Amino acid sequence: MLILSRKQNESIIIGDEIEISVIDIKGDQVKLGINAPKEIKVYRFEVYESIQRENKAAAMAGTVLPKLEELILGPKEEKEE
Amino acid sequence: MRVNTKAYGQIDVDERHRIHFPFGILGFEKLKEYLLLDALQQPFYWLQSLEVPEIAFVLINPNIFRPDYSIEVPEIELEEIGIDKEEDLLHFAIVTIPEDQAKMTANLQGPIIINKKQRLGRQSISINPKWKVRHLILEELSALRNKAC
Repeated sequence: MLILSRKQNESIIIGDEIEISVIDIKGDQVKLGINAPKEIKVYRFEVYESIQRENKAAAMAGTVLPKLEELILGPKEEKEE
Repeated sequence: MRVNTKAYGQIDVDERHRIHFPFGILGFEKLKEYLLLDALQQPFYWLQSLEVPEIAFVLINPNIFRPDYSIEVPEIELEEIGIDKEEDLLHFAIVTIPEDQAKMTANLQGPIIINKKQRLGRQSISINPKWKVRHLILEELSALRNKAC
């Protein structure tokens, strides 16, 4: 992995079109600004990772699907007592 | 066409149920061919991989329990599957069903969007931070019903 040190207001350029700037540094938080063509997708890594993880959990499920009506009416009947 | 499905074994389905996912689904990037089927159990759908029969996702229309949900994704993600007008767009949420089915959740942060005309699909990521990976379907459905009463 290439490791570069940057100060506030400095930036790096990736390829010809992607620029990442350090906008602000406060305590343990760094604010980054990203300039990239619109076809380059930029996400927080944890969002990407959590969707991947959720997809894997979803794909593991069995083939017996829940009966929504029963699941809803069940608790409702109890409330009426 | 005859296909192997996880839920129903071998079945015959119309070619028109076939959806191409040029980018796959997150975590399953290599699988690009799916079948969109109505599940026998309403209101669910199956997104069945044509390449690996054991891989299938349960889908739901999120507006059933969240009428306020709409697709808010980067424009380019719609363009990449050829969507330029809203009537071509179908959207679903992937459902995760744990052992206790009452705790099933829907992923509203990573919706499945489909161009129904060109039969192209993808998973997108919502830019609205309100939508999370795990929404408890039953809880939100009963909140909705209570509001309606």
